[in-house]
Amino acid sequence: MSTTSATPATPSVAPTPPPSQPGGAAALGRAAAAALFSLAGLRQLGVCVLIGLTLALMTGPNGKAAEPLGAVRHAILAPRIVTYLIIAAVLWLLIALWPLARPLWSMGQAAARGPVTAVAQQRFAPLGLNLALLIVAIIMPMFFSNAAVTWMVDGVGIYALLALGLNVVIGYAGMLDLGYIAFFAIGAYTTAYFTSKTAISAHFPVSLNPFFVFPIAFVLAAVAGVLLGAPTLRLRGDYLAIVTLGFGEIIQLIANNSHWTNGPRGAFGVPHLSIHLLGINYSWKLDPKPYYYLLLAIIVLVMIAFGRLERSRIGRAWAAIREDEIAAEATGVPTLRLKLLAFAIGASVSGFAGVLFASKQFFNPQIFSLQASFLVVTIVIFGGMGNRLGVVVGSVVLQGLAFYLRDKVPATDRFIYFGAVVIVMMIFRPQGIVPSRRRKREISLAEHGVGHADSLGSAPTSESGAR
Amino acid sequence: MLLELADVEVAYGAVTALRGIRLTVDAGEIVTLLGANGAGKTTTLRTISGLLRPRAGQVLLDGEPLSKIPAHQLVRRGVAHSPEGRRIFPAMSVRENLLMGAFHDRKHVARDLEHVFGLFPRLQERVSQAGGTLSGGEQQMLAIGRALMSRPRLLLLDEPSMGLAPLVVRTIFDVIAQINAEGVAVLLVEQNAAQALKIANRGYVLETGQVVLDGPSGDLLADDRVRQAYLGEDVAVPEHDLPHQLAK
Amino acid sequence: MGFVHQFWQLTIDGLMSGSLYAVIALGYTLVYGVLQLINFAHSEVFMLGAFGGLFAARELVNNFSDTPSGMASVGIVLVGLAVGALCGAAAAFTLERVAYRPLRKRNAPRLAYLISAIGASLFAVNMAGKLWERQNVTMELPFTNGTVFHVFSAEVNTKTLVIILVAAVMLVLLDTLVARTRLGQSIRAVAQDADTATLMGVNVERVILLTFIIGGLLAGAGGFLYAMTFSASNNMGFIPGVKAFTAAVLGGIGNVRGAMLGGIVLGLVESYGGYVFQASYKDVIAFLVLVLILMVRPTGLLGERLGRAA
Ligand SMILES: Nc1ncnc2c1ncn2[C@@H]1O[C@H](COP(=O)(O)OP(=O)(O)OP(=O)(O)O)[C@@H](O)[C@H]1O
Ligand SMILES: [Mg+2]
Repeated sequence: MSTTSATPATPSVAPTPPPSQPGGAAALGRAAAAALFSLAGLRQLGVCVLIGLTLALMTGPNGKAAEPLGAVRHAILAPRIVTYLIIAAVLWLLIALWPLARPLWSMGQAAARGPVTAVAQQRFAPLGLNLALLIVAIIMPMFFSNAAVTWMVDGVGIYALLALGLNVVIGYAGMLDLGYIAFFAIGAYTTAYFTSKTAISAHFPVSLNPFFVFPIAFVLAAVAGVLLGAPTLRLRGDYLAIVTLGFGEIIQLIANNSHWTNGPRGAFGVPHLSIHLLGINYSWKLDPKPYYYLLLAIIVLVMIAFGRLERSRIGRAWAAIREDEIAAEATGVPTLRLKLLAFAIGASVSGFAGVLFASKQFFNPQIFSLQASFLVVTIVIFGGMGNRLGVVVGSVVLQGLAFYLRDKVPATDRFIYFGAVVIVMMIFRPQGIVPSRRRKREISLAEHGVGHADSLGSAPTSESGAR
Repeated sequence: MLLELADVEVAYGAVTALRGIRLTVDAGEIVTLLGANGAGKTTTLRTISGLLRPRAGQVLLDGEPLSKIPAHQLVRRGVAHSPEGRRIFPAMSVRENLLMGAFHDRKHVARDLEHVFGLFPRLQERVSQAGGTLSGGEQQMLAIGRALMSRPRLLLLDEPSMGLAPLVVRTIFDVIAQINAEGVAVLLVEQNAAQALKIANRGYVLETGQVVLDGPSGDLLADDRVRQAYLGEDVAVPEHDLPHQLAK
Repeated sequence: MGFVHQFWQLTIDGLMSGSLYAVIALGYTLVYGVLQLINFAHSEVFMLGAFGGLFAARELVNNFSDTPSGMASVGIVLVGLAVGALCGAAAAFTLERVAYRPLRKRNAPRLAYLISAIGASLFAVNMAGKLWERQNVTMELPFTNGTVFHVFSAEVNTKTLVIILVAAVMLVLLDTLVARTRLGQSIRAVAQDADTATLMGVNVERVILLTFIIGGLLAGAGGFLYAMTFSASNNMGFIPGVKAFTAAVLGGIGNVRGAMLGGIVLGLVESYGGYVFQASYKDVIAFLVLVLILMVRPTGLLGERLGRAA
């Protein structure tokens, strides 16, 4: 890459007098004015105004193709713009005056750090925290409406499970899968095929209980993952992203066009999950709560399993690949096989989730859109790649917000915000809101020119000869 | 003073590579920078040409700090850098590579091409061959020639003799002397200490990011520590005289 | 016999879509050349150019009671191209500044760039959907779409001719720019070795920005051509984007002439293949081609001569 600055080239800020100094107020005022009206300060103002205008546009009324500039006019050349300019101004003050406030902030932080870290560093803290979260998760549905609990299953839970799977690909192995939902679709259609004679035109001679389809879908999705990953992973890592993107699109295309899958009409009447064992007869029916607890149990199990995986030899090998693929290869780590494994594990979790989804409700090809794949990526990135709890929190927060704002923000606008969230995270907090400590360190090391923090391979800057 | 490094510190993340380097190069001088692998020689040159930024200290050119000047403008101020490993543009022809050297100012291209071809006739024979297919020695000639195309006042050379046959090394050193005779100051990083000290006016010895010795070439050549560590000579040196690394 | 009968028509159609792919593919290949990264949001640059060009040209066409002709047609097409190109360039500029540059300043891992580009793409697609509805937007052609001449049994109509000619002109211009100009020289230098290019006095940041802008100009103009003949919509970029990327890989990513060749070849393969197979699976062909090249010859037809004109 270009000019690698060994020390990040932060704009040097003139040393400012600490605010508590005698006669500090006047000096502080002058320093503030200097910070605001310097060239850098005015540039920041420009950026803030642009951010404000973008926000105005994002939250503004919808436009029409017949009147291309209509939406812009109604969003920006209207009284509401005042609000956004105020937001921009506040943002500007915060950014421009931050260097002045920093000494205060770090003083406060130092004071607060003592007790807080003391608690956090106790060994049992993570366990305690996890238990507390689990208890919250268990009692939560009792306080919510049926609609909300349904969303906690379809929106939050399924996506949390999907995010846990994709986290193996992005967070552990450091690759990007953009067709992740395709494996979910494979799981769903597999369920329809095996459990019902009527859900889609194609069907298995005998109808199985959906529980038996879990392993089938798990394996099928893994096989699909291997078939797709094997030719691609040998190559430059970013090719995987585009191949999976194409794959996701093709799966949707086939689901939409084939008569085996019922085309755009989708699958009706996949039987619900049920247990008939040792005299116990239980079916999951329309009430979302039982699904919620089943999903919660699965998520907890997957989190525990992946936690073990992360700390196992395989997990350590993944870390080695992320940090330096060539060195890992040289020390005998079978990098290609391990990357393929990560990809396949991710795929099978997605397939598994597909069974759960299909046995709960009607589905059609639209569910398996590109946007759904992107949503899972967004959740992983926002939550914190490489952190199991993080990606679940990511799903809870993003999908929870989506539910909370369902009447205020049109569903179609959601992805505008998701897109913005992803960019903002990549700029300011690539490690996510609940970062994995290891991932965070890797990213920061990579930024100083040590290691890669992904397994996309080092980019060739020149052909043989040079270097 | 043409170039001055005032207590320059450079770090790669947590790794400190230079710990307060002081170094000067006067107009018209040849100064050599010696040191073991990993001592920080390349880092020093990359810092001078702005590819790395010091964490502390300053690089001054004609007494003016370079901290605000983007790396790509240094060549305009008369600094040319022939980097470690030659870094020829592999898919460009010899001629195109040389033209890249004159990227910032092409007024004198024709005359300067003649000049470089005069110094290295081999390059003229291969003028349209792709840079990536040249031999190591030819690539080194091209790298130096390319640096000269910018008409520098200060030429930074990073291990120009690396991996070359003795005869080619001779040619390269002859050309360095000739370039210097035309008035170009040279800061020469070398593993080949004997030859470097022979043509240099002064030298610095770098060790784990610090200057441990400096002085006129003659003095360094006569210094037992240098002779033992860099010239591979067997000399009895009193233990306590040795900086810690050389002692090994 | 059907195929033989159709051969020339399929060839002409393939050339038409292939030249569009080539124009878009150049954006991928140029950016790949200087940054070694796939600009996933390039398809949205194409989409925004398409809307810009279409809206401008539609405005002009609406001023005529009949289909415009002669100089008016030429003028409208040129305006559409220019506005499309400018919108594409503006989009690419913004993209570089917002989604890539902050990461580059931090020297972020490459995964971060991919993800950031996905974010930008999501944002752009859905923002366009919000601003201009989520549906196909069409315009009337600014010229009469008659048959201009025949190639054997195939008819070449005005629309096809305009697209192929405009694309050809753009490809020649770009080739000249990369091979002969000072900017082209610096683009090639950055592609081969950015640090050394800096030492030679090349302002790498500026070259990167200009590379994005050039890619944006081409994709935007291409977007207008596409929108004029078919339609524009907020998610129109995806399919041509994947195909153009395939074309870039097919030719050898980073290789400018490779992208041109790859585009044409892909257009033809797809056109013949779409006849042989079912038309609704036509889009699958490009994907199969992509996977096949990756398996058989990942460096593409002409090889990845990074930063080389040919
Ligand atoms: N990109 C980098 N990231 C981290 N550390 C680096 C990097 N480049 C150099 N270093 C470290 O900085 C120190 C100085 O390296 P430098 O390349 O300057 O040495 P040198 O004197 O040129 O050695 P040589 O004679 O082998 O070329 C070494 O310890 C090296 O490992
Ligand atoms: Mg070195």
